[in-house]
Amino acid sequence: MLACILIALACGAVWGAVSMLVTGVTLTLVTGQVAVPAVGAAAIAGALQALWLVWSVKGSSARSQSSLTGFFIAFIVLMVLTMAMPFSLPLSVMPVWQAVALVLSLGAMMYANAACLRGIALGAMRRYDQEVVLIRVLKGIGFVFFTIIVALPFYVMVMTSLKSQQALLANPLDLSIDIGQGIAGLFRSYVELFTQYDFGTYLLVSTVVSVATVILTLLFSVPGAYAVSRLRFPGRAMLSRSVLLIYMVPAIVLVIPLYTVFSQLGLRNSLTGLLIVYPATTIPVALYMLQGYFRGLPAELEEAGLMDGLSRIGVILKITLPLSLPALASVSLYVFMIAWNEFLFAFMFLDDPDIFTLSRGIVALNSSEVPRQHLMAGAVIATVPVLVIFLWFERFLVQGLTAGSVKG
Amino acid sequence: MSDISAKLPAAQDEDDRPRPPKGIGPMQRRESRLAYLMLAPTFLIVLAIVLGPLLANFWISVKPVGLADLRPPSVLINERVRGGPENPGDAATLEYRLRNSTQDKEIRAVMLEDRIPDGFSVTSVPEVCTLTDDLLSCDLGTVPGKWRERLKVEGTVDQAFLDTEDPEDIHAAVVSGDADNILTNFDFTLENFARVFDNDEFWSVLRVTFYYTIFGTGGALVMGLFAAQLLHTSFKGRGFLRGLFLFPYVSPVIAVAFTWLVLFDPFSGTVNALVTKMGVADQAINFFGQRSLDLSLFGLTIEFPLALSTVIAFEAWRYFPLSFLFILARMQSMNTDVYEAAEMDGATPLQQFWYISLPQLMGILSVLFLLRFIWTFNKFDDIFLLTGGNAGTRTLTVDVYEQGFALSNLGAGAAVAVVVFVVLVAFATLFLTFSPKEEGL
Repeated sequence: MLACILIALACGAVWGAVSMLVTGVTLTLVTGQVAVPAVGAAAIAGALQALWLVWSVKGSSARSQSSLTGFFIAFIVLMVLTMAMPFSLPLSVMPVWQAVALVLSLGAMMYANAACLRGIALGAMRRYDQEVVLIRVLKGIGFVFFTIIVALPFYVMVMTSLKSQQALLANPLDLSIDIGQGIAGLFRSYVELFTQYDFGTYLLVSTVVSVATVILTLLFSVPGAYAVSRLRFPGRAMLSRSVLLIYMVPAIVLVIPLYTVFSQLGLRNSLTGLLIVYPATTIPVALYMLQGYFRGLPAELEEAGLMDGLSRIGVILKITLPLSLPALASVSLYVFMIAWNEFLFAFMFLDDPDIFTLSRGIVALNSSEVPRQHLMAGAVIATVPVLVIFLWFERFLVQGLTAGSVKG
Repeated sequence: MSDISAKLPAAQDEDDRPRPPKGIGPMQRRESRLAYLMLAPTFLIVLAIVLGPLLANFWISVKPVGLADLRPPSVLINERVRGGPENPGDAATLEYRLRNSTQDKEIRAVMLEDRIPDGFSVTSVPEVCTLTDDLLSCDLGTVPGKWRERLKVEGTVDQAFLDTEDPEDIHAAVVSGDADNILTNFDFTLENFARVFDNDEFWSVLRVTFYYTIFGTGGALVMGLFAAQLLHTSFKGRGFLRGLFLFPYVSPVIAVAFTWLVLFDPFSGTVNALVTKMGVADQAINFFGQRSLDLSLFGLTIEFPLALSTVIAFEAWRYFPLSFLFILARMQSMNTDVYEAAEMDGATPLQQFWYISLPQLMGILSVLFLLRFIWTFNKFDDIFLLTGGNAGTRTLTVDVYEQGFALSNLGAGAAVAVVVFVVLVAFATLFLTFSPKEEGL
C-alpha cells in the first residue's frame, strides 16, 4: 500500500516536472520570451494527479471521466501553487501561447501518468508491477531525452541559419521564424553563400569527389571481394582477416607522410590527390562488406553459369552483380557518406578555394569576420544532401551497416 | 585399431591403385592466379596509401624535418635584357640573376643552360660560360647558402630582336643542381622523440587521451544500449524515431561540431541563454573554453574538467547511434521463447533484462567496445573542430597536428604519430587476445 502510494507520487512528480520543463523551454525557444517553468509546483501537481489516478481506478470504471478529473486536479494545484503564473509570466503576456503551452503541458502530464500507471490500483503491489512502472517511467524519460538531444541541435542549426545577425545577438533564445522579412530575407544567408562564397562550386566539387570515390571504390573492391569470397588461393584466410586491420590504422598517422610525399609530387593541392586517398581508405571496408554478401549467394548459380560457357568475368557481370544489387547500393551509400563527410584530408590537402569540398569550405567560414548564421547555413547545405540520401535509402543502409563493419 | 594401421602401408604398395592428386593442379593454379590478379589493384593502392605511409611515418619520425624543408633547395633564376637597345646595332646585355633559395644549404654541380635569343650577336660571355652556336652553358660549381650571382652576356642586337616582345622569354633558362634532400638522405636524429617525451605536457596529453577514449566509448555504448531498449518493442512512429536517432552519426562532423559550438557559445548560445535566464547559473559557462570548473559538494571542492567533459559528451552523442543500431539488430534476432519461460517463472522485467538480455548482448557489446575504443582513440576531427585541443582537451591525435603543422615540425609530429601507432597496436593485441570469438564482425 505504502509502496504503491510512493511509486505513484514519484512517477507523477517526475512527469509533472519533465512535462513542465519541456513545455517551458519550448515556449521560450518558440516565442523568445523567457518563460521560467514552475517545475516544483508542476511536480507536486503531477504527484497529486498520479495519486488520484491510482485511487480512482479502484472504485469507478469510467476511465475517461477519471482522466478528466485528474487533468483538473493538476490544473488547479498548479495554478494555486504558482499564483496563476505557471511560466512566471503574467497572463497578459502572450495569453494564447501560454494557454496552449499550459494545455499541452498538462495533457502530456496526464497522458504520461495514465500510460505509466495503467493497470495499477491502490493496494498492495507486487515487485513485478513496481518494476513495470519503473521501466515505463524510464522508457518515457528515454524517449523525451533522446528526441530532445538529437532534435535540438538540428533545430538550432536550421533556425540560426534563417536569422539575421542583429536578431541573433539581441535574443539568443528566440529561435522562431521571422516571417515578416519575407522569403528573400529569410534565406539571405543561403543566397550570400552561393553568390559571394562560391558554395555552388564547393557543392559541385563535393558531389564529384564523392561520386568518383564511390565508382573507384566499387571498381577496386568488387573483383577483390569476389576473389576473397569465391576463389581458392593460398593466403586467403589471412587476407580476409587483415582487411579489417587495415581499417584500424588511424588517418592521422597517414597524414604527415602523405602530406610530405604529395607535396613533393605536386599532388597535394589537387583533387587527384584526394581521389587517390579517399578510395584507398574506403576500399578495405567496401571489400569486407561485399565479400560477406557474396559468400551468402548460392555458388551453384555461378557454377551453372560456368558450365554453360560463361567466363569468370561474365559470371561476375551477369550473375553475381545483378544478385548483389542491395549490397552494392548499401556499400555505395556508405562510401558516399564517408567521402562527403570527410574532413581531415580535405583540410590538410586543399589550399585553393576553387577546389574546396564542402567540409573545407565550411572550415574557411569559421572566422570572426563571417557571421554565425552563414556558418550554420553552410552546415545545413552540407547536411541536407546526405540526410536526404540517407532517409531515402535508410533500409539498405541499416542492413549494410550491421552486416559488415563500419568506420567510426 | 592396430589392425587398420597395419593394413595401410600394404594398401599403398599396390601401384595401379588410383590416388587422389597431390599438390596444386593446373586448374587450382589458374584459379589462384586469377584471384591474385583480381586482388592486385586493391593490394597496390592499400600498399601505396596505407602501408607505405605507415612505414614512411617511422622514417620521418627520425628525421630533423620541418614544414619548410618540403621545398627542396634550388637555384632561382631571372633573365633580363639590360642596356635599353633602341636601334639595330645597339649594344645590350643579357643578364641572368641567380640565387640560392635557401639560407644554409649548399647546392652542387650547378649548371645554367640557355639559348641566346635570335638577333642577338654575342660579343663576350662570362668566364664560367661557354657558347656553342647559340647554346650558352655556364658551369657554376658548388654554391653555398645565401649565394647570389649575376651573369652578364654582352652583345649587339638587330631589327628582328627589337621587333620581338620579351625576346629573352622565348627560351627559358634552365638551371640544374644537386642538393641534399633532407627526406632522402641518411641523417637520423632521435631529437624528435626526446622532444616529445621530455615535454611535461605529453603525459597530460596521454592522460586526457585515455579519459576521452574510455568515457567517450562507454558513454556511447550505454546510450546506445538505452536507446535500443526504447525501440525494441514495435509501436507507431518507431521507424521515424529510428531514423531520427541516426542523424548525429550520418551528418558531416563539420556541421554538427559547429552546431554544438553555436549552441554552447558563451555569448550568443542558446544553452547559455537558457541557463542564465532561467536562473540555473549566475553567469554564462564557456563549455568549450574553460579548462575546469570548481564544484563544491558537501564542502569538498572538486575540479571538474569542463571542456573535456563537453567534448566527451559530444563524442557519446555523435556515436551512440552506431552502438544503438548494432545492439538493436542483435536484440531483434533474439529468441523470445526464453522470455515467455521467464515470465511464467515469475521473473521481473529488470531480472529478465539483467539475467537474459544482457548476457546475450555481451558478445556484441564487447565487440562494439573494442571497435569504438580503437576508433575513438584514433579520432581527430571532433576535438580539433570543437576546441582545437585547447582547455585541457588535447589528445594524442590532436598533438600530432599541433606538433607537425601548427609548430611546423613534421618530425616531431611523426614521432607522436609513432606513439599513437604503438599504443594502438598494444590495444589491438590485448583485445584480440581477450575478446570473445563467437561474435565476428
